[in-house]
Amino acid sequence: MTTVWVPCDAAAVSVGADEVAVALEAAGATVRRNGSRGMLWAEPLVEVETDDGRVGYPNVSPDDAADVLAGRHESLGVVDDHPWLTGQRRVSFARVGVIDPQDIEGFEAQGGWAGLRRALAMTPAEVVQEVTDSGLRGRGGAGFPAGIKWKTVLEAQADQKFVACNFDEGDSGTFADRMVVEGDPFTLIEGMAIAAYAVGASEGYVYVRSEYPHAITALRRAIETAYTHGFLGRDVLGSGHDFDLHVRVGAGAYICGEESSMLESLEGRRGEVRAKPPIPALKGLFGLPTAVNNVLTLCAVPMVLAEGSEAYAGLGVGRSRGTQVFQLAGNVARGGIVELPMGVTLRELVDDWGGGTLTGRPVRAVQVGGPLGAYVHPDRFDVQMGYEELAEIEAMLGHGGVVVFDDTVDMARMARFAFEFCALESCGKCTPCRIGAVRGKETLDHVIAGRDVSRNLTLVDDLCTTMTKGSLCAMGGLTPMPVRSAMRHWPEDFDRSQLEGASS
Amino acid sequence: MTTVDDWTPETDLGTPYVDGETVGVTIDGRTVDVPAGTSVMRAAALAGIEVPKLCATDSMKAFGSCRMCLVEVEDAKGVPASCTTPCADGMVVHTDTEQVQQLRQGVMELYLSDHPTDCDGCARGNCEIQALATRVGSAEVRYGLGQQHVEEATDASNPYFDYDPAACIVCSRCVRACSDIQGTFALTVEGRGFDSRISAGGTDFLSSECVSCGACVQACPTDALAEKSLVDLGMPTRSVDTTCAYCGVGCSFRAEVKGEGDDTRVVRMVPSKDGGANEGHSCVKGRFAYGYASHDDRQMHPMVRDTTADEWRVVSWEEAIGRVAEGFRAIQAEHGVGSIGGISSSRCTNEEVYVVQKMVRAAFGNNNIDTCARVCHSPTGYGLNQTFGTSAGTQDFKSVESADVVLLIGANPTDAHPVFASRMKKRLRAGAQIVVADPRRIDLVRTPHVEAAHHLPVLPGSNVAFVNAMAHTIVTEGLHDEEFLRSRCEGVDDYLAFIAREENSPESTASATGVPPEELRAAARLYAGAPNAAIYYGLGVTEHSQGSTMVMGMANLAMVTGNIGREGVGVNPLRGQNNVQGSCDMGSFPHELPGYRHVSRGEVRDIYESLWGVTIQPEPGLRIPNMFDSAIGGSFRGLFVQGEDIAQSDPNTQHVEAALSAMDLVVVQDLFLNETARFAHVFLPGSSFLEKDGTFTNAERRINRVRPVFPSRVGKDEWRVVCEIAQAMGYDMHYDSAAEIMDEIAATTPTFAGVSFARLDAEGSMQWPVNDAAPHGTPTMHVGEFVRGKGHLVETVYVPTTERTTRRYPLVLTTGRILSQYNVGAQTRRTANQTWHPEDVLEIHPADAEVRGISTGDRVELSSRVGTTTLTAVVSERMPAGVVYTTFHHPVTGANVVTTENSDWATNCPEYKVTAVQVGVANAEQRADGAAAQRDLAAQP
Repeated sequence: MTTVWVPCDAAAVSVGADEVAVALEAAGATVRRNGSRGMLWAEPLVEVETDDGRVGYPNVSPDDAADVLAGRHESLGVVDDHPWLTGQRRVSFARVGVIDPQDIEGFEAQGGWAGLRRALAMTPAEVVQEVTDSGLRGRGGAGFPAGIKWKTVLEAQADQKFVACNFDEGDSGTFADRMVVEGDPFTLIEGMAIAAYAVGASEGYVYVRSEYPHAITALRRAIETAYTHGFLGRDVLGSGHDFDLHVRVGAGAYICGEESSMLESLEGRRGEVRAKPPIPALKGLFGLPTAVNNVLTLCAVPMVLAEGSEAYAGLGVGRSRGTQVFQLAGNVARGGIVELPMGVTLRELVDDWGGGTLTGRPVRAVQVGGPLGAYVHPDRFDVQMGYEELAEIEAMLGHGGVVVFDDTVDMARMARFAFEFCALESCGKCTPCRIGAVRGKETLDHVIAGRDVSRNLTLVDDLCTTMTKGSLCAMGGLTPMPVRSAMRHWPEDFDRSQLEGASS
Repeated sequence: MTTVDDWTPETDLGTPYVDGETVGVTIDGRTVDVPAGTSVMRAAALAGIEVPKLCATDSMKAFGSCRMCLVEVEDAKGVPASCTTPCADGMVVHTDTEQVQQLRQGVMELYLSDHPTDCDGCARGNCEIQALATRVGSAEVRYGLGQQHVEEATDASNPYFDYDPAACIVCSRCVRACSDIQGTFALTVEGRGFDSRISAGGTDFLSSECVSCGACVQACPTDALAEKSLVDLGMPTRSVDTTCAYCGVGCSFRAEVKGEGDDTRVVRMVPSKDGGANEGHSCVKGRFAYGYASHDDRQMHPMVRDTTADEWRVVSWEEAIGRVAEGFRAIQAEHGVGSIGGISSSRCTNEEVYVVQKMVRAAFGNNNIDTCARVCHSPTGYGLNQTFGTSAGTQDFKSVESADVVLLIGANPTDAHPVFASRMKKRLRAGAQIVVADPRRIDLVRTPHVEAAHHLPVLPGSNVAFVNAMAHTIVTEGLHDEEFLRSRCEGVDDYLAFIAREENSPESTASATGVPPEELRAAARLYAGAPNAAIYYGLGVTEHSQGSTMVMGMANLAMVTGNIGREGVGVNPLRGQNNVQGSCDMGSFPHELPGYRHVSRGEVRDIYESLWGVTIQPEPGLRIPNMFDSAIGGSFRGLFVQGEDIAQSDPNTQHVEAALSAMDLVVVQDLFLNETARFAHVFLPGSSFLEKDGTFTNAERRINRVRPVFPSRVGKDEWRVVCEIAQAMGYDMHYDSAAEIMDEIAATTPTFAGVSFARLDAEGSMQWPVNDAAPHGTPTMHVGEFVRGKGHLVETVYVPTTERTTRRYPLVLTTGRILSQYNVGAQTRRTANQTWHPEDVLEIHPADAEVRGISTGDRVELSSRVGTTTLTAVVSERMPAGVVYTTFHHPVTGANVVTTENSDWATNCPEYKVTAVQVGVANAEQRADGAAAQRDLAAQP
């Protein structure tokens, strides 16, 4: 009987993968479920096992079941050999789409637990050193060296420490956290177990947004399995180290992706930013030392430990080592996951991997790094994707989201959207963000309507200064980034003084 | 400075004090040394540089939200908030650069874009926004008319303060005050971003969990939360530092007033940050319920009548005092020196109490002086004196901050001692554990962020069995502190042998106490195992037939575990009234002269005999219950009662009324025509605490000054009235001032040797003993050695009360207090506190209610062997089955109609906490009576 693989990833399911699975089963196939390969443009992507490998059939509908099994459907060939995948350097996503996410043996067969096993044979300080040497930096967006953070937690004196995984993936145009957890949850569990051992934490929390029900289910099932196999709980793999892992579901606030708000929320409070110092590494969850890391950071850790810091540090550009999981989204022909060493240019991502816009019109702007990231003008597309490299052009890598816009975009409205997003999602604690976002939106409304344009643009600029320097956290502090990038690079979109009835 | 002529806000350093090694920082060129960890904002303030701020205040942890206090730090990036940035050695800070000026203007412009612009219409007048806008030089608001909150409606539901959201800047100071200081968590921020609004849990303030402590109002930097009195009267013009006259916590307040002399109006009472007992916190009573002082019921003139059937006749002070003196002398002429006596009040000042006992001893010529402390904490005085050598608690309130385990017995601090309860809860939230021994599930069993490690529902009357079982567990499991016992205590072997007896085991006592043995053992282990364990207790301990035994049992427990003589431990009574401690200190018991020295001691009598020029009786006089018995017997015929309503507050009302009716002359001095005044022949108007000059001594032995906010409204201070009665009786008693009375107290009482008004004014407050050995007072007692030398372990044999439940009276009634009301309610019933507790209710367990067909809201008849009353039932899971509970704040309830004359074997403190009763649905007639009574009550202004 033919074995076929149908993704259970939420993105594939949203375009009918579950129905396709039913149809294939009805047609006599043995259906197994995998994560998504990240080729979202091809979903539902059905893979049929053959002697040559798993042959991929893109965009399958239930009606296509018989054709797929008969090899009559349009094919991508052997998926592992597809250039969209072979051109990537998959580290965190190495197993995503390949294995059944809940198959712990399959996970191990594909190299799983090797990192944890090696870590447990080392001292915690050695593990921390290994991560430091790898050059791994915080993939949530801040880019803080993971090893330095872990060292702070390791050296903090406390009876109880925590590791906390930030899985509140709220940036528009990002989905890598969700896909890795849905497609390979054991990798996150392994990364957290390594982190916990390294910093001396006996308890860990995964904070996941409620909008990710598939990921929540997948993670909870995997955690249960990991417990029964001794990778979690008392005396992990006979190491003497205990590690309990809990899943906590958020209540729908973007700000809870900010680490201190996430800790407040984990403690059962209103998701509100904490002032720093103290830093969470010293006073985090319940006031105790806590290593807070993003899903992608933690999912890079098993490879760092399994293959050694040099292998990871060997990838990348400048001070940005290893790979970045880029997420291509927006008006793009081939959206999805592209994991590549740091240093790839934005142009390569947008044109080569993304294939330009879906509408076929010229690319006018790309927003990199989520809703708080800068809009990058095509004349700067040769920038290499790295923390410092992007900062040089007043942009940021963020969580690796790349959102493409064609030439119909109105950049004044995009600037306004930045304020609107901030107004919707601000926790409301600090004044620049709470009131400033609303005032920014209102003032840009005046600009868009052509009222007192130059005076109001000056006011927006002043407001951006107040928010950038005065805000409590990055939410208010970075909102001016997309606003100012739009104003600087597309000034023509803000020049509304010629509008009918406008006054300059 | 105690009286400020020009009103100014209190200094605010922005963030609280922190402890640490000294570091030096340079701020705007000035160098200042502060403990490491001190905020830059506080360091700047200490250096005389005020950094602009809105969300910061030094009573709460830094929050960092307003972004007005941004500064530049050399070699650091960005512009950090000075409130959340700790000082590091060598740090160089600039608080007023062009950059920070611009940022502050930018932030202020945002604030003002969502704030009412008519500052003239603002009640507060000290709105920090207004002052700060001027200071940071904010230009015009350039933002056009956009979204605003200025149209939101005011929440005026609370009787004492308004919440005007239009003026709110969402700084969360109120929310933080409610959670961090008060510990009630009634307030929150609802919504997010621009929609963030302060909310009393989604309802209005009155319907919310809010306990009206006033912390939020005090914390608010704008006009958003403001006292109604401030709105009505406007800003105060001067302030007077004084002390609250409600419970034994003894909070310091700044009375903020306007006007002079008789026109003086209290604008508001603001808790003092430097108040030793309260450190800036308050409760609904002290903060707001002072209006009774100017209530229409207040009696302003002396009155007399020949018989209690006659109408009162207003007379001059001279006539009234003459009448008292003549009457008392006539009684003594006919019935002997011992036929009259006096009762002093725990609500009056030390000085007032002192002169009353002096009048009795010197002018009456007997020792027939007693105090209302008789009916509350007399067992505390006796028990702690026997075991430790001092009739007082061992710690200051601050001590609880060092406790790891709190054993709370028979006390309900969140209702009765709310400001201390907040302090205790803060410690519990920080990780200390609490064991609650109380028949009821009081709030501290489970309240936001506090959960008792053990709730031991000790049945009323079984306290001694309970405390013995605790000690038994500790001793037999080897958890006791052998070294402490051997080096510091006496009677050790006898006690250890006694307590180890099987009859004292948790298992043997379980049938009496109702406490599961394993739970009790776990609690005992927790108490014994803590580095610092402290006992706090209230009237649930003392008001029993074995009240004194129980006090000694707790002292045993503390000694057995070495929990005495340092911070964080001790045996701590929570005193009921403001000056219970002081009135006892002042010699107002019939057997003791001031300083707890027995009247039989010749050398003590010598001191007073030579100073007063009289002979003092060497035999103790009559206690209150003896006075009543003797009155009914005919040998006691004249009574002076100051500030106590014995007809309402003393047990077995019928017996009290019979005694009062039997007397020839009853003299009552009070603010109001109270229940006792119904039996009086002479009424002398008293003065409220706002008129008094003197001192109160709180539960931690802290002597606090009480200062007159306005002149006596009745023309004569109480101590002058008493002196004049003595004079009219032929004894020359004269003082020029209250300070002079304290000087006499200090000169004659060793524990008060160093106390004077001048020193109290200079130091704020002092905890006795204040003498050469402890010139600034004694926060913690029995350090190194007990006052009596060795701590005395007493064999505390459990003897069940004779008050037993029967088939006819199958339930046990216990009584207590509620937050908004105070004692017999004479004060609080004459304030808007009535809003929360307009009547006393009977709490009853669902099972007891169901078998009697009682539902919440039903009028029920409560009867004991001595009397019957009716009140409204509330079915409550807080009660254990078999126990019912009520308060005694309302005279219409007559809760003491049913309480018996059982009392403590040592001190006669009444057994209020145990009365066998029956409860049933009231008949129609009683229901009508009850309804009429409730209407009368509601009709009271």
